[in-house]
Amino acid sequence: MILNFLQSIGAYVLDAFASLGRASLFLMQVLMGIKDVLLRPRLLIRELYSVGVLSLLIIVFSAIFVGMVLSLLGYVTLVDFGAESSLGVLVSLSLIRELGPVLSALLFSGRAGSALTAEIGLMKATEQLASMEMMAVDPIRRIVTPRFLAGFISLPLLTIIFMALGIYAGYLVGSVWLGVDEGSYWSQMQNKVEFWHDVVNGIIKSVVFGFVVTWIAVYQGYNAMPTSEGVSRATTNSVVYSALAVLGLDFILTAIMFI
Amino acid sequence: MSDFFVTIRDLYFSRGDREIFSGVSLDIPEGKVTAIMGPSGTGKTTLLRLMGGQLRPDRGSVIVQGLEIPSLKRKALYQARRRMGMLFQSGALLTDLSVFENIAFPIREHYSFPESIIRDIVLLKLELVGLRGARDLMPSELSGGMARRVALARAIVLDPTLMMYDEPFTGLDPVTLGTIVSLIKELNCSLGMTSVVVSHDIHETFSIADHVCILSEGKLAAQGSPEELMNSESEFVQQFVQGKPDGPIPFHFPAEPLEQDILGKDMSGKSAL
Repeated sequence: MILNFLQSIGAYVLDAFASLGRASLFLMQVLMGIKDVLLRPRLLIRELYSVGVLSLLIIVFSAIFVGMVLSLLGYVTLVDFGAESSLGVLVSLSLIRELGPVLSALLFSGRAGSALTAEIGLMKATEQLASMEMMAVDPIRRIVTPRFLAGFISLPLLTIIFMALGIYAGYLVGSVWLGVDEGSYWSQMQNKVEFWHDVVNGIIKSVVFGFVVTWIAVYQGYNAMPTSEGVSRATTNSVVYSALAVLGLDFILTAIMFI
Repeated sequence: MSDFFVTIRDLYFSRGDREIFSGVSLDIPEGKVTAIMGPSGTGKTTLLRLMGGQLRPDRGSVIVQGLEIPSLKRKALYQARRRMGMLFQSGALLTDLSVFENIAFPIREHYSFPESIIRDIVLLKLELVGLRGARDLMPSELSGGMARRVALARAIVLDPTLMMYDEPFTGLDPVTLGTIVSLIKELNCSLGMTSVVVSHDIHETFSIADHVCILSEGKLAAQGSPEELMNSESEFVQQFVQGKPDGPIPFHFPAEPLEQDILGKDMSGKSAL
């Protein structure tokens, strides 16, 4: 009984390491194709549109609502202590250090990551990737690398938009609606938010998340079982693994950056 | 150099615990239409994928036009594939590109020809398969037979020396079927290609094949011209070519006896209750 249990744990760990090894080899192949993609920027621009621009709507709406809620809740708490002039600091630091990078990454994995996985998985299931191989076109370089690069570039940009819009939505609720002094909102933010320590670290987080989320998405798609159930499972795995990776990495990065 | 375009020797290949090939050796003559046939699940498509280098054998050699395919490095393999064409059973057209762009795809990927030349090549290939008028349609607007003809035009657009067809006759209406059959033969003669056709369809395949190889249980069970196989005295070959239900090829997948499965191991019937 105990032996069986230990055996199953051992098998699971071995399997996890084997998967990580396969994913790393796959990543190396993807990265080796970057030069080809940069020589044909049209491939990248097309993917930047479908991965980045089409994710803009959900990022914009989420940023506005998150900023408004933060401001509202922050005001309710701060006003009891007569500290509502610090509302701008609370909203901006929350968004720049934590909520901007993390929520953007989670939304991005749900919107663009799942679409990447499903698209690549379906191309595999319908033998489109195999047919490319037989046309002497490497599907990793032609299909996967442009999508990977597009995701990696898009997420930090989307995160910056998320942060900026969230802060502005917080201002609208805090100053325009609830009456917090406009000067305090912006000037306290300017005093307390440091560019290198806060903004750059927030963007570094989003760069890391962009890399990991897109890597998971393209790997899951490329290794999906070529059946409808396989593609469906890969898409679910892509979102779940991305969310777990983002939250886990967020803790590690926060500990390194802000403690 | 030998007269054989493809030489396969002592080929072993498994998927998990299931052995697909156990020592297959066969030759594919240059400039002819060779059919690879056999019951379902004997690895006919797998053999094409081994020839195209999409799979690597466990053991043995696959030599195509003098190149040992399994040992080629990535770059050399992709170079070798430029001289190969493959028609997939599903067509495998790129769904986000029009018919024209699907056929232009390999040219655009490998050469930097002016647009006017690409247009001419694509229209000539579409003319060959009778679909010049369908150039602006999307794959989702094509019937199964049309999709396969477009895929055929795309497979021959780089003028391959080896053309592989994976189940080209499956699921086609009689008119399209006749068109595809004659196209395969015509293309083989007019473009001087070596063709390998994987199929179960005895009548259509035998009508165009110069040489037929029949696979069974991981080995080459028989080979020869269609006439030789039709007149073969082998019980296995006769069952296969005449489609008889009884014979050496079992209808049932291996299993324990039906009575035992239903009544249980002690045959008391308790398991059924």
